Amino acid sequence: MTQTVLDVRNLRVEFPTRHGTLTAVDDISLTIERGEILGVVGESGAGKSMTGMAILGLLEPPGRIAAGEIHLSGDRIDTLTEPHMQRVRGRRIGAIFQDPLTSLNPLFRVGDQLVETIHLHTELGKSAARQRAMDLMREVGIPAVEERIDNYPHQFSGGMRQRIVIALALCAEPELIIADEPTTALDVSIQAQITALLKRLCRDRGTAVMLVTHDMGVIAETADRVAVMYAGRLAELGAVEDVVRRPQHPYTEGLMGSIPSLHSDEGELRMIPGSMPRLGSIPAGCAFNPRCAHAGPRCRREIPRTHGTGAACWLTLEGETA
Amino acid sequence: MLAFLIKRTANAVFVMLAVALLAFVIFRFFGDPVEMMVNEQATQSDRAELRERLGLNDSFATQYGRFVVNAVQGDFGISYRNQQDVMVLIGERFPATFELVLVATVISLVVGIPLGVITAVHHKSRLANLLQLGSIIGVSLPSFVVGILLILAFSVSLGWLPAFGRGETVDIGWWSTGLLTPSGRAALVLPAISLSTFQITLVMRLVRAEMLETLRADYVKFARARGVPRGRINWVHALRNCLMPVITLTGMQIGNLIAFALVTETVFQWPGMGLLFIQAVTFVDIPVMAAYLLLVSFIFVALNTLVDVTYAWVDPRLRDDSVKAGGANG
Repeated sequence: MTQTVLDVRNLRVEFPTRHGTLTAVDDISLTIERGEILGVVGESGAGKSMTGMAILGLLEPPGRIAAGEIHLSGDRIDTLTEPHMQRVRGRRIGAIFQDPLTSLNPLFRVGDQLVETIHLHTELGKSAARQRAMDLMREVGIPAVEERIDNYPHQFSGGMRQRIVIALALCAEPELIIADEPTTALDVSIQAQITALLKRLCRDRGTAVMLVTHDMGVIAETADRVAVMYAGRLAELGAVEDVVRRPQHPYTEGLMGSIPSLHSDEGELRMIPGSMPRLGSIPAGCAFNPRCAHAGPRCRREIPRTHGTGAACWLTLEGETA
Repeated sequence: MLAFLIKRTANAVFVMLAVALLAFVIFRFFGDPVEMMVNEQATQSDRAELRERLGLNDSFATQYGRFVVNAVQGDFGISYRNQQDVMVLIGERFPATFELVLVATVISLVVGIPLGVITAVHHKSRLANLLQLGSIIGVSLPSFVVGILLILAFSVSLGWLPAFGRGETVDIGWWSTGLLTPSGRAALVLPAISLSTFQITLVMRLVRAEMLETLRADYVKFARARGVPRGRINWVHALRNCLMPVITLTGMQIGNLIAFALVTETVFQWPGMGLLFIQAVTFVDIPVMAAYLLLVSFIFVALNTLVDVTYAWVDPRLRDDSVKAGGANG
């Protein structure tokens, strides 16, 4: 029996600017089940981080949720007021950000930041909270915890700091973790450790994870399902094996083709010609159509949508012709 | 940390020697000290004798060395005007100025920091804009105008507070304090506010600018993602990261305040060093001026050194001893 932890319906995020309203996230629908890891992949500016921030209620003004609903285990959270949302963040949704070097406040001991978060979300007393902080640090693999708990962030390496960030995200045993590019700023050798750690911790606890990244390799290793985003829209959503092996959307196909492989020697990597449009100049119809080899007249006219599994492409949408 | 302290102290000593040289040059070469000390009837031989007795015939270096050695011992000679030991004169006046500056500094921090945070956090609100406007007025009004206006309002019209003097003082050793008597405290209010007006706006604008910067930092966003309440983020997480420049500014400004308290002291007839200096200038009382110059420089240099040391205290990253604990790999 599966339990839907996160249910995003027709989410639309807009940025009013002097030159008109930009749509950073356009009609996105996705769900994450308990214990499931959903990878969200796309180029910079595809709207994947923006989706995460919208779920956390941390969009930078003037950015705002213009339409759609966000439900967390059945509770609608996009309409909550700031004080209520404060009790959701950290407690029911944990967050991991890209750069562990800047995620921690440099002037506070890591132990104090952990204890602060634990105090905010649990009833634990002073010594119990400290004990829990140490347990969490041990769990994320930090050695000599008794000593390290009173260290400042700058005394840890990048990988260690990201472990502490993960511990911070787990303080209140949240239902959902939004990990926004958690390994991008780390050494390649450390990336694998961190993703493995994240995966293990969430599997053990049944935590749902939204893993935002532009690294298809991380997705392939970690995620159960993957959502491919392009220019603020969902291009394709499906189980990782399907999307990786049998991509349906021409963009996903191009994305897969541009990943170097150790096992084949295809010579040159294939590239997708052109680049993703800027938010202000998304073409009519399918956002990908100017770069798509298969684009037909309908692709230039109407926006293909997918809600649920499948590709947002007129070529594959049932019974349609491009 | 020790090496750091030694280096900073050596710097400070060098600066002080340079200032002493300046003070000495003023003392020795602006006008003839003998001319100023003897009376009209003195004969040429009297003057020559005095010149010899004062050591004015020695080489420049010897005289400078003697001046420095004396100054270090607190001996700046005798005031031309009232024939008193200069150090005794300054010692009498220093507590008044110091208390005035101290209270003004406390006011500027206690008022300026919260105003800075509020204007940064609500930087689009009408209140913040109003405060910003007020701060421009605060920065541009000269402190003597503020002083006169305060006297007009609170002393002349309302009659709440005294307009001049220091009130009753209590002696604790050589230090005379006005903080322990009601009249002393009442007398302190207007000059301290007048002196702190500019400081308040300076602190406020600095904190505002720093806060706006800090509030965009990743750790602020991450703290929000951890569910830390807005107020705690603003006043604890962000503010602490803004304090470094405030400490610098305050440290430097205490020196400035002591040096430029003389305007406020003149307006309020506050019996501090500033007033002493003004009187010394009027009477070309060079030993007093030289001592004042050295003392103010000393305060400046000492504060700067102190500020550097405080940095290391506020920001753990600047402590040398923290390096040994780091370096583990993830």
